[in-house]
Amino acid sequence: MKKYKDVLLDPLFNNNPIALQILGICSALAVTSKLETAVVMSLAVILVTGFSSYSVSLIRNYIPSSIRILVEMTIIASLVIIADQLIKAYAYDVSKQLSVYVGLIITNCIVMGRTEGYALQNPPVASFIDGIGNGLGYSFILLVVGFIRELFGAGKLFGISIIPLTTDGGWYVSNGLLLLPASAFFLIGFIIWAVRTWKPNQVEED
Amino acid sequence: MSHDSTKKTITVALGVCLVCSVLVSSAAVGLNSIQTANKKLDKIKNILAAGDLKSEGQNPETIYKEKVKPIVIEVKSGDVLPESKYDEFTKPESFDIKSIVQNPDYSTAIAADQDIAGIKKKPNYMVIYEILGKENEVEKFILPIYGKGLWSTLYGFLALDKDLQTVKGITFYEHGETPGLGGEVDNPKWKASWNGKQAIDENGQVVIEILKGIVDPTNPNANRQIDGLSGSTLTTRGVDHLVKYWLSEQGYGPFLAKMKKDGADEKI
Repeated sequence: MKKYKDVLLDPLFNNNPIALQILGICSALAVTSKLETAVVMSLAVILVTGFSSYSVSLIRNYIPSSIRILVEMTIIASLVIIADQLIKAYAYDVSKQLSVYVGLIITNCIVMGRTEGYALQNPPVASFIDGIGNGLGYSFILLVVGFIRELFGAGKLFGISIIPLTTDGGWYVSNGLLLLPASAFFLIGFIIWAVRTWKPNQVEED
Repeated sequence: MSHDSTKKTITVALGVCLVCSVLVSSAAVGLNSIQTANKKLDKIKNILAAGDLKSEGQNPETIYKEKVKPIVIEVKSGDVLPESKYDEFTKPESFDIKSIVQNPDYSTAIAADQDIAGIKKKPNYMVIYEILGKENEVEKFILPIYGKGLWSTLYGFLALDKDLQTVKGITFYEHGETPGLGGEVDNPKWKASWNGKQAIDENGQVVIEILKGIVDPTNPNANRQIDGLSGSTLTTRGVDHLVKYWLSEQGYGPFLAKMKKDGADEKI
């Protein structure tokens, strides 16, 4: 049991896909201007990484190595399309905001990296947990960035006004930079700095 | 190495594709009805929002059936299309701007110098919505409008009073502008600032404009001006242009002129 716990929790801080491996940055910039989209995107990525690792691991002993990446991509792409269809059916408003980014989970390096790097060598349950863990690691960063961007960029959380903006008669002048994709770069940079100060063994040697 | 034999490779590839395609197509087919219903409901909600019809506690579809009457007009002539002439493209239930402009028989290219809304093609027919009052008289017209902003095409509705001059509301149901900047077209306060502004003068000229900056209330034209959204010059310009375009001769001008004439005839 302890092993599964490590597999699940390691990607959160010790081996975070965004902060340590610097994977999946592109979508992290695009969907974090609001917390709501960040949450839905996180759920989609968690499910896709979990189930794609599980499925690939199930058939890992049958996949010919010459076409293994194609097989992985086919499985990932199918799961992403299913996730996209589910979001369109049950969270229509959010799906309008996420637009193409759900589809782009297919190209998210985290998903591919976990199936290729872990699921091919490990049994299904461990792979599933590893996928979920890495999805959580990605979500953790997404939620932190989304929280800061929405709160200080728009004065809101989940679309509900927290800090009254001057445009609505309040006192807070919103920071427009935070709503632009570039601000996510700065925030992720700060998070990486913080994580590596806390866990100095993550610092790369020159 | 038996895994890498050609036969095995093809078998695995086919097997994976088969399983995946069954999963994907069953998800797409199985969820299709919910997705279509979502789209329809979303549109209805936006029509109600533009017409300022509250749907608290009530099913939006019931209110829509009761208070909203869709009519189809031929954009160029302004004539109302009789129901007997509805076909698969012009039927209000299935009318979709995006698909109708793709059909050369139902759309017209716009000359570049006239295309201020940046839409290249316009539909020959448009579905507009009449909001009915207590005695089934027309209170407002909900006119679909769309055009380019900064990043995306904005799709929305403009509500016009029965006097055919005053704006009663505006809303955008689809756009991809920057949240917090151009995305502030969704700001309820800004949308409310349109209410009661004069869009068209007595002679049918479009007079409404969005300023860059804030409207000076002492200006005699303040009633025809809208605050610009700060930090989103290009989105604001896009909205300004698309509203002007759709209210002009190019857009709903002919229809509005006909309605005005009909109204005048009735009074006599």
